[in-house]
Amino acid sequence: MERECIEIRWHGRGGQGAITAAKIVAKAMFAAGYTGVAMIPTFGTERRGAPVFTSLKVSKDKIFDLSPTTRPDIVVVLDYLLLEEVDVASGLKKDGLIVINSPRQPANYSFNGRKIAVADVTDLSVRAGLPAGVVNSGIIGAFAKAAHFVAMDGLTSAIEEEFSGRRPKENARAALLCYENTIIGGPR
Amino acid sequence: MQVIESGNVAAALGVKLARARVIAAYPITPQTPLTEKLSEYIESGEMDAEYIPVESEHSALAVCIAAASTGARAFTATSANGLLYMHEQIHWAAGARLPLVMCVVNRGVGAPWTVWNDHQDSISQRDTGWIQLYANDHQQIIDTVLKAFLLAEEVMVPVMVCYDGYLLSHTYMPFDVPDSSLTDRFLPPYNPAYSLDPKRPANLNTVTLPDVRPDIRGDMAHGYMEIRYLLHKSMLDAIPALKKIDERFASVFGRGGAPFIEPYLCEDAEYVAVSLGSLSYHLRDVVDMLRGEGIKAGVMSVHLYRPFPAEIIAQALSSCRGVIIFEKALSYGYQGALTSDIKSALYRHTQDSSARPSIVNYILGLGGREIATHHLYEAFKSSCSPDGMKGEETRWIGLKF
Amino acid sequence: MKDKKNYCKDISFSEAGPGDAGKTGSWRIARPVLDPQICTPGKRNAPACYICWLYCPDGVITRGIPPKIDYEYCKGCGICAQECPTKAITMVDESSFLEGAEEDPCK
Repeated sequence: MERECIEIRWHGRGGQGAITAAKIVAKAMFAAGYTGVAMIPTFGTERRGAPVFTSLKVSKDKIFDLSPTTRPDIVVVLDYLLLEEVDVASGLKKDGLIVINSPRQPANYSFNGRKIAVADVTDLSVRAGLPAGVVNSGIIGAFAKAAHFVAMDGLTSAIEEEFSGRRPKENARAALLCYENTIIGGPR
Repeated sequence: MQVIESGNVAAALGVKLARARVIAAYPITPQTPLTEKLSEYIESGEMDAEYIPVESEHSALAVCIAAASTGARAFTATSANGLLYMHEQIHWAAGARLPLVMCVVNRGVGAPWTVWNDHQDSISQRDTGWIQLYANDHQQIIDTVLKAFLLAEEVMVPVMVCYDGYLLSHTYMPFDVPDSSLTDRFLPPYNPAYSLDPKRPANLNTVTLPDVRPDIRGDMAHGYMEIRYLLHKSMLDAIPALKKIDERFASVFGRGGAPFIEPYLCEDAEYVAVSLGSLSYHLRDVVDMLRGEGIKAGVMSVHLYRPFPAEIIAQALSSCRGVIIFEKALSYGYQGALTSDIKSALYRHTQDSSARPSIVNYILGLGGREIATHHLYEAFKSSCSPDGMKGEETRWIGLKF
Repeated sequence: MKDKKNYCKDISFSEAGPGDAGKTGSWRIARPVLDPQICTPGKRNAPACYICWLYCPDGVITRGIPPKIDYEYCKGCGICAQECPTKAITMVDESSFLEGAEEDPCK
């Protein structure tokens, strides 16, 4: 018996906040009624700057398998430079979606017909008032626009809660700006 | 209140709700975030306790031993080589009959170095006289920490609460954090039978002779062997004590009912997998797959590993054909310790020797070697027949030579 | 007696030098770029200083004229730039070295 489960793999660099971003989405999806939620970071010996990833599994039922996802429905990439060194789309389902923080257009990318969503999160986050390099709140906006699993207002409140004391308004604004400026390409 | 947090935070919340008064710990991956969280609670005033930074794990447990001797509820946590560095004090805490609670965030031990998960650290401490409980998810971590303090104080034996490094310690999942008004009702302040008092000086755990001896009043004091026998007896008493504590927990929080083992689809199962920790939950997915193919499979989690609930486990397994034990540790040169324990339980508690189930022991996941569902499925399925149970008893999954 | 040749395979064994953790140069976010006009050995055209070589925690700087940084393994920690007494090393954002970075129409 296969349990119905949505698997989202988040790729970032050590210190970039991929785990925090996945945690915020996990909280919002749990609040939206998914009782089975597990966000499972995969740890190497890497330090700051090294490619890292975390698996978010979401289901109506409890998640028992805590191994890293190999067949994601969605892949989220916090830094487009990772595409040069990591096979981020590995195992991505045929009808899957890939969300990338990139200054380039979706047409610049090809993942064997998978849907692609792109936002220049790095630039938009600075415009939202965040210091350069903070992208983990903004990428949530791009994810929300492309995946429509959770409503943006649920996410902005989860973002403000997570970043309380660390520019909550700017982080929420970055997510909204990215939501509004996400370009979706590839087959629909 | 439902939260989504890491397993280490679940443990820290449990310790905070248990109102531990002394925390002494030395950081080691993957335990570190747990004790960091406790130091934050204490610093912010959320938790009224003394955090004592120490220079080693040996000192961490020594501080907890001293604190508990003065009547304080004390807690520490460690992993892997940190646990092994405590080893001498681990024996000491049990022999001194101090109701400490320690979280062991399971990790493989060196050499060679590994920071990833397996169970070799806590299993190697099996014979120290500590109660060992294994948690399968975050809810069980926080609940078990609360129960552990009550159990330790009830039988005056220290308790290790073991949970998988990374797989649980660093994974985020939802769990319920009970209200402190309820946890206070469940777990009253520690009321020690004896505590060190400068007004009445005494020596604790002084040298014993091979035989009994008269004390300062001329009464006969126990010798080493009597003291050790009483530790063993209290360990056995922990089984009924844990049952009562679990019932009390269920009456306050509405969760419980499986204090020793947690069977899943075992009632009519012909082949039952047995495991410790999160792996036993992962095996539930495999049981569902096998059931879908018409194979009568089940899985049993062992929560209480020491004292070993031998009769309960033997009863649960006595009617199946095969027992398949998945272990992340082994006694080198023999087999997994849980396998030896289950075999001896079945030998003792199955009257008809021809009705005893066959045994297979899989060793897997050492040093964090990935355990994918298909690895478990292939191993489990290949064992689900009389022929599959034959051959090598101890088998390794995932070796890459 | 066991075959002595195999002993080092039966334990975890690694030899001195970069590369045991793979090509760690990909971890870099910023690249240390050395200006030979400012660097002491470069300026004097003689072996001197080598503070960068001394401080590099990964041993990826060699004592040449000027010193050479092995970008295959440099993780971009920036200690060399911090320690260089003549400030000859600058940390430059790695994305600016990407092929086509300048003519990217989206920038």
